Amino acid sequence: MIPVKFDYVAPTSVEEALAALGEHGDDAKIMAGGQSLLPVLRMRLNAPEVVIDLGGIDALRGVRDEGDAIVVGAMTTHHEVRDHPLVREHALLVAKAAADVADAQIRHRGTFGGALAHADPAGDLGAPALALGAQFVIAGTDGTRTVEASDFFVGLFETAIGDDEILTEVRIPKHTGWGAHYEKFVRVAHQWPIVAVAATVRGSIDEARVGLTNMGPTPLRARATEAALAGVSATEDGVRAAADLAAEGTDPPSDLNGAADYRRHLARVLTRRAVLEAAGAQAWS
Amino acid sequence: MTATQDRPAQEIGRDRRRKEDQRLITGRTRWTDNITLPGMLHLAMVRSPFAHATITSIDVEEAKASPNVVAVLSGKDFGDELGVNINAWPITPEQKTPTHSPMPADRVAFAGEIVAVVVARSAAEARDAAELVDVEYDEQPAVVGIKKALEDTVLAHPELGTNKSALWVFDSAEAGTGGDVEAAIAQARADGIVIEREYRQQRLIPAFMEPRSVVVDPTGEQLTMWSATQIPHILRFALAATTGVPESKIRVVAPDVGGGFGGKLQTTPEEWITWAVARRLSKPVKYTETRSESLMAAHHGRDQVQTLTLAADRDGRVTGFKVHLDADLGAYVSLVGGGVPVLGAFMFNAIYKFPAYRFECQTVLTNSTWTDAYRGAGRPEATYAIERMMDELAAEVGVDPLEIRERNWITHEEFPFTTVAGLEYDTGNYEAATARAKEVFGYDALRAEQRERRERGDRVQLGIGVSTFTEMCGLAPSRVLGSLDYGAGGWEHASVRMLATGKVEIVTGASAHGQGHETAFSQIVADRLGVPFEDVEVLHGDTQVAPRGLDTYGSRSLVVGGEALVKAVDKVVEKATRLAAHLLEASEDDLDYAGGRFTVRGTDQGIAIQELATAAFAAHDYPEDMEPSLDADATYDPVNFNYPHGTHLCAMEVDTETGKVSMRKYTCCDDIGTIINPLIVAGQVHGGLVQGIAQALWEEAVHDESGTLVSGSFVDYLLPTSADTISFDVVHADDPSVCTTNTLGTKGVGEAGTIASTPAVVNAVVDAVRHLGVRDIQMPCTPERVWRAIHANDGDAPTPGGAMPHFDEGALNQDGAAQ
Amino acid sequence: MTKIHLTVDGAAVSDDVEPRMLLVQYLREKLGKTGTVIGCDTSNCGACTVHLDGTSVKSCNVLAVQADGRSVTTIEGLADTVEGELHPVQEAFRECHGLQCGFCTPGMIMQAVDLLAENPHPTEEEVRLGMEGNLCRCTGYHNIVKSVLHAAEGGARA
Repeated sequence: MIPVKFDYVAPTSVEEALAALGEHGDDAKIMAGGQSLLPVLRMRLNAPEVVIDLGGIDALRGVRDEGDAIVVGAMTTHHEVRDHPLVREHALLVAKAAADVADAQIRHRGTFGGALAHADPAGDLGAPALALGAQFVIAGTDGTRTVEASDFFVGLFETAIGDDEILTEVRIPKHTGWGAHYEKFVRVAHQWPIVAVAATVRGSIDEARVGLTNMGPTPLRARATEAALAGVSATEDGVRAAADLAAEGTDPPSDLNGAADYRRHLARVLTRRAVLEAAGAQAWS
Repeated sequence: MTATQDRPAQEIGRDRRRKEDQRLITGRTRWTDNITLPGMLHLAMVRSPFAHATITSIDVEEAKASPNVVAVLSGKDFGDELGVNINAWPITPEQKTPTHSPMPADRVAFAGEIVAVVVARSAAEARDAAELVDVEYDEQPAVVGIKKALEDTVLAHPELGTNKSALWVFDSAEAGTGGDVEAAIAQARADGIVIEREYRQQRLIPAFMEPRSVVVDPTGEQLTMWSATQIPHILRFALAATTGVPESKIRVVAPDVGGGFGGKLQTTPEEWITWAVARRLSKPVKYTETRSESLMAAHHGRDQVQTLTLAADRDGRVTGFKVHLDADLGAYVSLVGGGVPVLGAFMFNAIYKFPAYRFECQTVLTNSTWTDAYRGAGRPEATYAIERMMDELAAEVGVDPLEIRERNWITHEEFPFTTVAGLEYDTGNYEAATARAKEVFGYDALRAEQRERRERGDRVQLGIGVSTFTEMCGLAPSRVLGSLDYGAGGWEHASVRMLATGKVEIVTGASAHGQGHETAFSQIVADRLGVPFEDVEVLHGDTQVAPRGLDTYGSRSLVVGGEALVKAVDKVVEKATRLAAHLLEASEDDLDYAGGRFTVRGTDQGIAIQELATAAFAAHDYPEDMEPSLDADATYDPVNFNYPHGTHLCAMEVDTETGKVSMRKYTCCDDIGTIINPLIVAGQVHGGLVQGIAQALWEEAVHDESGTLVSGSFVDYLLPTSADTISFDVVHADDPSVCTTNTLGTKGVGEAGTIASTPAVVNAVVDAVRHLGVRDIQMPCTPERVWRAIHANDGDAPTPGGAMPHFDEGALNQDGAAQ
Repeated sequence: MTKIHLTVDGAAVSDDVEPRMLLVQYLREKLGKTGTVIGCDTSNCGACTVHLDGTSVKSCNVLAVQADGRSVTTIEGLADTVEGELHPVQEAFRECHGLQCGFCTPGMIMQAVDLLAENPHPTEEEVRLGMEGNLCRCTGYHNIVKSVLHAAEGGARA
């Protein structure tokens, strides 16, 4: 319950944060909202010598409109993301998934960027970000670079963010008017998802994007399903065949909550349900 | 004097808001971990990561050198002063009981066992140094799981030569309480129905919300231990008995205690180590566990394999029931230990008239966390077994599950009824409780909806689960406990102190940890003594204040502790009568006592009992043959258990595509005799229900093959939240079956909800999918297990064998559901 | 050690703390605000819920140094208990028997106050979902949910 001793740095700009990171290197750990990091430190599963808290960097907070995309600051909380009018209008799927992250208290502290950078395969935001083709803006001492979602998630708890870099914001291409649904399958409410499906569709159904949570070491995009959904009718029968492709190429874990084959089955069923829900849900409700 | 019992009760039956709450809702609490004392030191435990290992060496030098560390101690640093953790209930004379050192010096027997303790000026520094203690282990093969343990190929404690601890048997033919069960089974094989099943009572964790904490202050003449315990009195006795400190030199305090559910009905290694360290260092010390430590090392509950054979005639009248339990004790025989399943031995026949019954319980030792009482303790397991079997019998006969129960239950005219297990049920009315539950539940409408959904082939199927139950509670008549070789009695003690100002202090040996004793006991005393509710103060949980008691568990506080209180109050009234007669210059025979006031019949003279208290304090004028005090004590030993009962009905929806289950409706009608406070009773039932429902659906403590607890945090040990549960319909019998063996007519209610709900839920889940060929689903009924059970036959689920891993291939009692 | 200044239950406080000290440990150990309790080590139970600048957080999941310059409200500062006042949510928990052992209660009440501030007239389902981050082992949640709904009916202030 008591973390190992560490030094604490609270930069007020990205530059300061990068400098601190440069100085301490592998001994440092970046803390965004801290909602995943602090439990790890309390259980002493990790023991950084320095914690660099991004909480004081106001520039990393908020959502703005940039023409064909919205840009979510990495330190924007799940609570803010869920409620933000720009997110609800242009990336409804993200708002819905953010509403499903953990619980109210955690959503008040946990951040969009922090959760994505943590890259927990059971995290709720990776699949929507992937499905919507988000771009991750990563700052380093040499400037910033942008990484496509498809390249961002590298492995279990592993992303394209370098040791000396910080995720600053996430650009989400606008999906204005797209219906969306995040279908999360849990045994009890406070559990990490056993499987979840993030689906967003244009029309009913002209185009679809489907992301899968906890079906492998990284969030996955159900591309075969997406392709098969284009042009089908938003009915059980219309969607079924496409949804049945959802588990293709996945590599889900087996644990107390379900064996891999059961998770594959769930992915198919939940994909069908998520797509149908999404087709009927163009606005926040 | 005229008796007062016929005046209308003013407090009993009233939904008083709780006296306890003002402090608790404003954060003015006295949890053990809140206590700080001058110079207090903090402990951190070093625990074994291995389930079974010999300790080769322990290097404490680096830890000792860590900042502000005062001492680092291991088992070999202590002698007899460390004491042992005792088993108070050896269930047979031959029971094999491994010695349980709080901190073994040579060998650990489960993962999480303490091998060293660090003492430092702060909890953080103690934890830091604990990481530096270097323990070398020689890992030994570990035995995990009941069936492995029974094989006796790997031994949890090699020196015992076997994992089998004790075999306890009850047979109605031998006891003379019924017939020969083997004959009944043979007969049923010839011309009746035989149902054989194996059910698994998974291992659960009590998971009280307040982690255990203990503070010991050795600086007074009495050494004081504050502990988050249900049992301060038993704890004091055990400390004295095992650590060589005279009982009179020990004070134990259970301050505010945040839930127990049986989980704090224990004397723990953590308490014993904290005690020893405080004595060694002559400084106050505190140890508070983390949640992970609690889940790993505080005792677990349940964990049985039940092998059941039910014999019935073709109409579904049960002719015999044979029960064989294998129960996992874990690494040590805990305080109650094998007594927990034995408490279930008398309950498998439940509310029914079974002619023949046999019960066997084999306890086994394994290299896993020890087990002991968890809410219901033996009775939920028994109720689950028989209520699941009655549903199977109903399905076999082809009648409604309520019908099959009615064919077998004791009718209300038949009380008092001596059961095949030898208990005498005093009162009950199963017909009435069932009728009321059915009505409130809307049973017929839900059955109609179920039929409609089945016919339509709805993706979401509806199931209705029935569970009736009775339990023996109010532990317990001391003579009965003696006959079962339990190490103590089951009486309870109470005192009434009439203060000079007219206020009343009640001292009870029961030790509340959320039950609302302060409120309910005040109501009892207010009525019986005739003083205002607000004038009564209930004191408990401190051996200096409440020197005698046997604490709180087994739904005993009201029915045993409350009765002790009644007896003490009656003595006060008796004394007061003498004083009143003296002061009023009247004959005792001419006095009436009502509403707290003595009056002289036929006059306007009178005196209030609170005035008499003042008079007794002043002691200026009192009878020569009387002491100047109205105070009184009583120790009450119950003559029988009491037998609350109820009918619980549950509607579950099952998503046949995913296996996910959700509760639609839950109604229970419990007949618990006289109700003191309906608000508190409802709360007990609600909480009990969710714990029982949680066994059915969510909770399971899982050790892997090496003995590591996989479900070692709240991330993996799944407690339900508000979002996973529903609001319940809790009703009671209109005309309750009042208990005849205590004055108030009360029966226990603390465990009722937990006992009845588990089978109601599983019966509902199975009922929803029985038409798809499912006869059983192992608890907890996870979506995956439900899905596999449903699709075992249609090829949709690729590995049907996984649906019921509790069934061994080729076992005699192999259930057909998974084939 | 890092120097922090903050407001807790309306009072300005200042201390040197180790960066690793959790806000809940700071409240309990440095300030004696033992009304806020620790029920788990994985941030599941919510017993340690307090308000940080007016919104609910799990104080085991915030470092004390992160509260520097900010305002914390605990169960002890929710109402002026010295004056015998209760917050309407506290009152509702008593009225509806929304607690038994009382260990989860401070966190439950603090989360309920937050929930009602955001949604003054929730449905039962909204209450159940809004309290999902707080575990209780005694009440089965039945009366907790009832308490929150009762407080909402009474127009509980935020």
